[in-house]
Amino acid sequence: MKNHLTLKQLQNGLQNKDYSSVELTNYYIDQINKYNNSVNAFITVDYEKSLAQAKLADEQLKLNKSSDLTGIPIAQKDIFCADGWRTTCGSKMLDNFISPYDSKVVELFNQSGAINLGKTNMDEFAMGSSNETSFYGNVKNPWNLDCVPGGSSGGSAAAVSSGMAPAATATDTGGSIRQPASLCGLTGLKPTYGLVSRYGMIAFASSLDQAGPIAKTSEDCAMMLNVMAGHDHRDSTSIKRDKLNYLDNLNDSIKGKTIGIPKEFFNSDLDEDVKKVLDRVIDEYKLLGVNFKEISLENSHLSIPVYYVIAPAEASSNLSRYDGVRYGYRASDYQDIENMYLKTREEGFGDEVKRRILVGTYVLSAGYYDAYYLKAQKIRRLIATDFKKSFSECDLILAPSSPSTAFKIGEKKEDPVSMYMQDMYTISTNLAGLPAISAPAGFINNMPIGFQLIGNYFSESTILNFVHEYQKQTGWHQEYPEVR
Amino acid sequence: MNWDIVIGIETHVQLTTNTKIFSGASTAFGKPPNENACLVSLAYPGTLPVLNREVVKKAIRFGLAVDAQIAKKSIFARKNYFYPDLPKGYQISQFELPIVNHGFLNINIKNQEKKIRILRAHLEEDAGKSVHGIHDNATGIDLNRAGTPLLEIVTEPDMSSAEEAIEYARKLHNLVQWIGICDGNMQEGSFRCDVNVSVKPKGSEKLGTRREIKNLNSFRYMQQAIDYEVNWQIEQLEDGNEIIQSTVLFNPDNGETRAMRSKEEANDYRYFPDPDLLPLEVTEKDISEISESLGELPVDAISKLKNNFSLNDSDADLIASDKATYDYYLNLIGYDLDPKITANWVLGYLFAKMKEMELNIHQIPISSDQFSLLIKRIMDKTISNNAAKKIFDLLWEDSNKNVDQLIEELGLTQVSDSSSIVPMIEEVLANNQQMIDQYRSGKDKAFNALVGQVMKISKGKANPGQVSDLLKEKLKEF
Amino acid sequence: MSITQKDIAKLSKLAKININDKDKELVIKKLDGILELINAMQMVDTKSIEPMSHALDISQPLREDTQTEFSNKDRYLELGPDSNEDYFIVPRVIE
Repeated sequence: MKNHLTLKQLQNGLQNKDYSSVELTNYYIDQINKYNNSVNAFITVDYEKSLAQAKLADEQLKLNKSSDLTGIPIAQKDIFCADGWRTTCGSKMLDNFISPYDSKVVELFNQSGAINLGKTNMDEFAMGSSNETSFYGNVKNPWNLDCVPGGSSGGSAAAVSSGMAPAATATDTGGSIRQPASLCGLTGLKPTYGLVSRYGMIAFASSLDQAGPIAKTSEDCAMMLNVMAGHDHRDSTSIKRDKLNYLDNLNDSIKGKTIGIPKEFFNSDLDEDVKKVLDRVIDEYKLLGVNFKEISLENSHLSIPVYYVIAPAEASSNLSRYDGVRYGYRASDYQDIENMYLKTREEGFGDEVKRRILVGTYVLSAGYYDAYYLKAQKIRRLIATDFKKSFSECDLILAPSSPSTAFKIGEKKEDPVSMYMQDMYTISTNLAGLPAISAPAGFINNMPIGFQLIGNYFSESTILNFVHEYQKQTGWHQEYPEVR
Repeated sequence: MNWDIVIGIETHVQLTTNTKIFSGASTAFGKPPNENACLVSLAYPGTLPVLNREVVKKAIRFGLAVDAQIAKKSIFARKNYFYPDLPKGYQISQFELPIVNHGFLNINIKNQEKKIRILRAHLEEDAGKSVHGIHDNATGIDLNRAGTPLLEIVTEPDMSSAEEAIEYARKLHNLVQWIGICDGNMQEGSFRCDVNVSVKPKGSEKLGTRREIKNLNSFRYMQQAIDYEVNWQIEQLEDGNEIIQSTVLFNPDNGETRAMRSKEEANDYRYFPDPDLLPLEVTEKDISEISESLGELPVDAISKLKNNFSLNDSDADLIASDKATYDYYLNLIGYDLDPKITANWVLGYLFAKMKEMELNIHQIPISSDQFSLLIKRIMDKTISNNAAKKIFDLLWEDSNKNVDQLIEELGLTQVSDSSSIVPMIEEVLANNQQMIDQYRSGKDKAFNALVGQVMKISKGKANPGQVSDLLKEKLKEF
Repeated sequence: MSITQKDIAKLSKLAKININDKDKELVIKKLDGILELINAMQMVDTKSIEPMSHALDISQPLREDTQTEFSNKDRYLELGPDSNEDYFIVPRVIE
């Protein structure tokens, strides 16, 4: 079997009976056995479970009762609860947690006949941009094992990039789909807030968290989103809309459309090499007949400060449930209930998670609420309003996905603030709730880097169309690392 | 020094719904521990709240019943604190924008109406239960109750005595059952009051420091707890001590209150809008639909009893003190009965019997047909009140019995024709000259004794009213 | 603004996370760095701006009052770090 087949190619292979789902699943199991030791992309695999699903999928394929992803193995970020599967969220706190239920996303993949290939590594509770905060050790970038894969969905990105999975689920609270996609040379889509159900997706910052796919191509992202998107009555923030087929508009002409260039992102702070890559992307889009226009997102410089108030505030509350009472880790040695809490949470959480809980507790506490939390919520509105204005002038907005290519493991670990800067180009869309994609734009010193396209609410079809048209003309998305 | 007492009450009313406020788990009471603890109640990672429609309707119902404003938009917030029976580490509650604002409830104190202002009523979820002493040094956590819908009703500090506080609590207890939002079962914790008490020098403008007595689930305890707390605070102040704002528990065993250990340090709850829940919007249409279904309220019932049935204040209050009694009474009146006689019977002999037998109004073994017939026989003077009580007791024991049959069987028909009664009167007068003399000298007692003599001769069957009328006439001629 | 020893003790208590004395200095240093970052917000005048809690301007959906969850307590109790006779067990709580 050829390496690095896309979902579309696998769908054809399965339907033409070139191979069975069991054979395909075994192929990826072999890849995992070969590469996971060096890449560390998976926390949990359960081949028996995966192969049992593959057998059922083969029966469906035989009966021609299949849907697009039937029989295709998909890696699940370990933030999605899956019935009977250990679900850790990258934390010691949930090291022994076997989920008794399926998240909506996992349920939808199961219904589609896809195979759960295993649970991918991630920053602890999705807090991080390098995958170094995982209790299960850092994930390595398949392009250079000394480098980080990005985060928090670093395991999902590394699994796809190294060929251990054809596609993976991921989540994005401040850039956790797009930044690892950029650093691993993949296409990753963060949908509009509310398009994909958060039910059973372990919460980090509820008003920002959104699930989406990491895959090789825009077309594969569309196939994944076709499964993931849809209303869920168990998530109050899930949107009721007609379900779209995201494959329908992939090949629409983008000639005459306009992409906005926010001057605040393309200023002197932008890395020279990244700028060069993005300039080439602009040229390539111009060849497709797209117009460019300078726009302004004047409050975008505030998105990191605002994010590091809102996300920790929500997280501090969301993570209060990990108290050692009903499930998960409990300290072994304690004198009383207070002491049990203090030690359970001291030992069960890693440093970055504890730091964010403390920051969140601080900004919500009496005397600081107005100056921090309320202020952040107000500036959040300013940031969203900037986008609203811009979309009256353009169809999509171009931005960098990450400030640089993958950095060395350990390089930023001791400096949280410099780590937070990794998300400077991605965070504002989370605050506004907008959809955005990162797609491969080229290489700097042999390391991949992506470009980002941001769209208006529910414009996923347009975004996927723009990237698909680009990928028909370019070959960046077809480059894969050779893992050593 | 003289002191003013200032009391405000926060009542946690469990709303009667099939399922919890934010999940589809049952709210049934009395299940084995953790039987009703679903994924959401257990705060499993990834679970999310979705609001129960019925809970919103019931909150609006309450708001309309106390003439409050219903907020078109209200917000759920998180109240953050750690407690083992609070599974998420926060309670979802309405903080800045509650669903019900600014209503009132009138109470009657010594025949004076007093308005108690209701500041707000907000929706929130109940916590689970901690069962202490499961085994040595251990507490057991039962999350069946976690997520049961609560409406917390908060008054202004408008009450100035234990009596007023209890009258308010009773009125509220009646109202929430009347409008069908709460089963009112205080033993099961469906209606729990936190009472804020403070005292200040008589006439002083400035409020004293308050202490909050938590979780009172009986009116008797409420009385005892307030009495104790007021005395304690006055003593402290008279001894020159300061009152420290605190939360206290009432111990029914010794009738005392004591400060709670776990709440000693002021908590910082870090309220913020719950990002998992969106603003709750209520339309005019929702409100008017609920308003139309609200029906008669206790206050309407009382004026109907007074105006249409000429009952006095206290009878009207008692009949309307719960909906079941009121409905029962109206049903009886529907048989064309005299309202006053019926009220006397319901509030008198029937209530006494129910109390003795420990039954509620739905468990009365006598059918309305028979009970109304019994009252008719009193009205048409076929039987005396005393005879009716005998029959009532027999009917209570055997519901197959029939009033008229019993009257006949027992020969209880009242003698109402004067041709039978007059000879009896004449006999009594002939034999009791002394009493006649006493009567003439102005002693009413003597008259009653004469009536008693006649009744005795009639073996209780003579109509006492008629006996009295005829006796008066005879005494004139005698 | 910088975090004091007193602040850190309060935060530890509220968040129920023990912080060892030897780690306190470093924790404070890192939190101070983050506070400095977020203090960039203070330059903005936000007087007349409505706070934004949700990305989308929609209202809360309501669920019908019918039971959809049924007892699965044996499985749930088994996941508890300590459970006994249908209860989750914690050290004795004093009210």
